[in-house]
Amino acid sequence: MNKLYIFLKYFFIVIWTVFVVAPFLWALTTSFKDFQSVNGGVTYIPWVDFEPNLEGWKVLIKSPAKGGVDIIEPYFNSMFVTCTASLISIILGTLSAYALSRYTFKAGFVKNNDITFFFISQRIMPPIVLSIPFFLFLSSINLLDSLTGLIVVYIVLLMPIAVWIMVDFFNKVPREIDETALIDGCNPYQAFLKVVLPNSIPGLIVAGMFCIIFGWIDFFFAFILTFTEVQLLPVKIVALNSSVTPWWSLSASALVSVAPLIIVAFIVERYLSKGNLSGAIK
Amino acid sequence: MNFKHKYFFLFPGLFVLIGILIFPIIFVVRLSLSGWNSYNPGLDYIGLENYIRLFTDDPRFWESFFRLSFLSVTTVILQYVIGFALAHMVWKDIKFKRFFRVLFLVPMMTTPVIMTVIWRTFFHESLGPVNDLLSVFGVAPKWLTDPVIAKFTVIIVEVWQWTPFMFLLLLAGLLSLPKEPFLAAAIDGASPVRKFIYVTFPLMAPISIGAIIIRLIEASKIMDTVYVLTSGGPGTSTETSSFYIFIKGLREFQMGYAASMSFTYLIIMIISLTIIAKVLTKVLLKE
Repeated sequence: MNKLYIFLKYFFIVIWTVFVVAPFLWALTTSFKDFQSVNGGVTYIPWVDFEPNLEGWKVLIKSPAKGGVDIIEPYFNSMFVTCTASLISIILGTLSAYALSRYTFKAGFVKNNDITFFFISQRIMPPIVLSIPFFLFLSSINLLDSLTGLIVVYIVLLMPIAVWIMVDFFNKVPREIDETALIDGCNPYQAFLKVVLPNSIPGLIVAGMFCIIFGWIDFFFAFILTFTEVQLLPVKIVALNSSVTPWWSLSASALVSVAPLIIVAFIVERYLSKGNLSGAIK
Repeated sequence: MNFKHKYFFLFPGLFVLIGILIFPIIFVVRLSLSGWNSYNPGLDYIGLENYIRLFTDDPRFWESFFRLSFLSVTTVILQYVIGFALAHMVWKDIKFKRFFRVLFLVPMMTTPVIMTVIWRTFFHESLGPVNDLLSVFGVAPKWLTDPVIAKFTVIIVEVWQWTPFMFLLLLAGLLSLPKEPFLAAAIDGASPVRKFIYVTFPLMAPISIGAIIIRLIEASKIMDTVYVLTSGGPGTSTETSSFYIFIKGLREFQMGYAASMSFTYLIIMIISLTIIAKVLTKVLLKE
């Protein structure tokens, strides 16, 4: 019985690992191919099946004038938008979450839980519902096709996540520590900055990682709200997917886009092991 | 605690969110009552005409909605089962625990559209590795151009992409469970299967409900994957609500009609998610 269970367990894990890794391996081999080795039939192993070359990777850093793709600028645009929007969302979200966790609000039938739900419910909104008005709204204030416009939109996407994680996290930070600080003569802002925040760093990191993930992987808003002036990485890469698809540079750029988030995966796992994420989930 | 300060904490976030959102939401409602299209751009007032058209004369919208329901429910169930199994497996000590945990998280860190482009080459009918390996058995499924198989291709890609999220939530839940019930079960000599049914699963029920609801919300937004993988095709066989609204609104520029669909869709989503949450709570928590 027990041996069978262990066998099945490792069997399943191996199968899933293969499934997870397969597209990455495929992208890796494809990125070293050229037109002939892609279109001449399916090949897997470099040097044995096909002659590898670096064309797919070189194209990524060449300027468009020389027939390249130049993903460097979109890359930094993406990073800038994601990090700025995450930072603003975390700051605003943390303040609101602290208020919702520590104080009681009441306005008519609206109570703390309803306000929290209002924040979180913004995730229910399908992007398509917001895209048309955002398009007209941003064009009316001249922020269409600009980084600022995208940051504004991403704040709406990311703040709910920050509030969701931080409310639960603050609920787990004992109230006594703020009360002690207040008795010791801090005002509420000092108590928050000097005592509560330093005790909430794991929560802030988890919330930050989630914001970065969901900011980095967004395609839809970047696709609709930017055209030529500003391009984000996903839009740039998908634009490669035209009639004659250069599979090699596509694969190389996909791998490049995944790379920074692998670090995020390690950080998330670290805090997961310490049991710090558990408070974030209800 | 002091009364006045609380507003200084709450309001910056709340007002920014409301400030950014209030215009779009009011605008969608107003736009849905207008006949804005490419010939006639402008906020005229045509009453409920768009809604009447939607409810009486547009089977394509409802088809896309049922297709979306099928796709999101199927993927979420698969993700829950697989995610729970994986989380349960790497919960206790196994070899290379941290390696597997990180590895299982990686797909969710990848941009769906970019990975879908890779999946497209992966499932390519003549140049992709899947059909190359399957040719050993003499079959060559049309992964992207057969109306039925294309749906499953979308499901496979979605499961690959988002099972890690379910896995993450459930693993975090498992790690936070109290130790005592497991000790009691061990003293009683319960078998692993009984331990799972009578201890682990009931303790995980509240977390499961949360995870399923969150995933349903996110799954119902599926759009990028479909756009890149099949563009809704072949025909309309993988077209979801979001994608149909996108076509009507930003391809055909029937803004007014698209807005009425968006609003209807939003209302249906909120109602159905509330019902699902209630039903799940009842079934899993046996309240």
